[in-house]
Amino acid sequence: MAEMKAKNVFFDPIFNNNPIALQILGICSALAVTTSLTVSLVMCAAVIAVMCASNVSVSLIRNHVPSNIRIIVQMTIIASLVIVVDEFLKAFAYDISRQLSVFVGLIITNCIILGRAEGFAMQQGPWLSFWDGLGNGIGYSIVLIFVATFREFFGAGALMGIQILPLASEGGWYVPNGLMLLPPSAFFLIGFFIWALRVWKPDQIEENEYEMSPHRVREAF
Amino acid sequence: MSQSNETIRKTLIVAILLSLVFSIVVSTAAVSLRPAQERNEALNLRSNMLAAAGLLSPGAGEEEIQSLFDQFEVMLVEMGTGQIVGPEAVGVENLEDYDQNRARRNPDLSRALDNDPAGINRLVNYARAYVLRDGDSIERVVVPVYGYGLWSTMYGFLALEGDANTVAGLGFYEHAETPGLGGEIDNPRWIAQWPGKKIYDEDGNFQEPKIRLIQGGVSSDADDIEHKVDGLSGATLTARGVERTINFWLGERAFAPFLEKVRAGEI
Repeated sequence: MAEMKAKNVFFDPIFNNNPIALQILGICSALAVTTSLTVSLVMCAAVIAVMCASNVSVSLIRNHVPSNIRIIVQMTIIASLVIVVDEFLKAFAYDISRQLSVFVGLIITNCIILGRAEGFAMQQGPWLSFWDGLGNGIGYSIVLIFVATFREFFGAGALMGIQILPLASEGGWYVPNGLMLLPPSAFFLIGFFIWALRVWKPDQIEENEYEMSPHRVREAF
Repeated sequence: MSQSNETIRKTLIVAILLSLVFSIVVSTAAVSLRPAQERNEALNLRSNMLAAAGLLSPGAGEEEIQSLFDQFEVMLVEMGTGQIVGPEAVGVENLEDYDQNRARRNPDLSRALDNDPAGINRLVNYARAYVLRDGDSIERVVVPVYGYGLWSTMYGFLALEGDANTVAGLGFYEHAETPGLGGEIDNPRWIAQWPGKKIYDEDGNFQEPKIRLIQGGVSSDADDIEHKVDGLSGATLTARGVERTINFWLGERAFAPFLEKVRAGEI
């Protein structure tokens, strides 16, 4: 922990310590905004912007924050940045901001952002904190983009709103999988993502918290 | 260093400075982006109006929306009399500056309703109407409608053909009805049932709109089929809200006298 390099701080959260796949944080927005790829991309950009800016801001004032109000200080910073991002979206990406509706505001409650502010930016300088925010943001985005690609492709036969599989309701052959448009499908997909990641990087597999005792058959008579 | 942070004085200073700095950041963003946001909102409203009139092609850009919208004549109509008034009646110089939703809460520009089928509490004294002409004849009349469904006020536009009786299209652009049930008022297949329906009786009673939303669907041999639309199974209250909203806004207290004038060729 003593000497940290910006490179490691940036790359670690992408696959080695992914905020969604390993820390299992920020799941709710991954369920809510991933029915379409375009919307997910905008959400990712918003989260990355808020996370980088909040990490840098928290890090800059970390030596002056009284510890008894530190969480409310971090929340104030994050909430203000989210409002700014929301205003920008309403001004420059109006349609998508209507689709995202409340979920932009709910970035405030995204545990990843508060977690990085409290867990990293309160201890480290602004330079490292920026890379940490960017890395975690991209780690979050990779999972969101993975989930959204599958959900939009199989749920609507399209990607980025462009129809790829002709739908049966419009004279084609593809019958869309309605489950993919419902939030539970994101749970399954995140589960598959975590499975694949842990096959690739076995050191992420957690030790069993309990062990089943071997099956025994007692002879009755 | 860390010891000196824990005093009450330092806590207050940090809290006040932080609030100050971030309130400036937030208000700067809000104020400087306001014009762009207002433009987006106006454009959104216009594209919804054009979509209800059935004139908007999918994926139309800003310029196309604007040029289509410019073909419409925007009028300010007095509710209940059908008089066309100038923008000075609502205290603005330019009709674009009239905020109809705000006027609903202004006692000078609206009045309370005793008998309130649409659930809107107050009716504005003046409402906008959009008229598209083709030479001398009128092609489309679009009027804003809003009313209470199950959970929320539903805002939409109703477009009529030049006879001011046949529906050309309906679209709700803002509501919070249950997705999948009442939310189906957004469904293009449901909206597609509206064009061709008649608001008023053929025998000339142009004060009382006759639109009915029928539970269980409209069979093809039903009586008065030209007034009946499928009532969205599972969304009885939303459907009732839509029915009452449309009948109220096209009724004698709102747009019926104006539509009478359209029919008489006085507009």
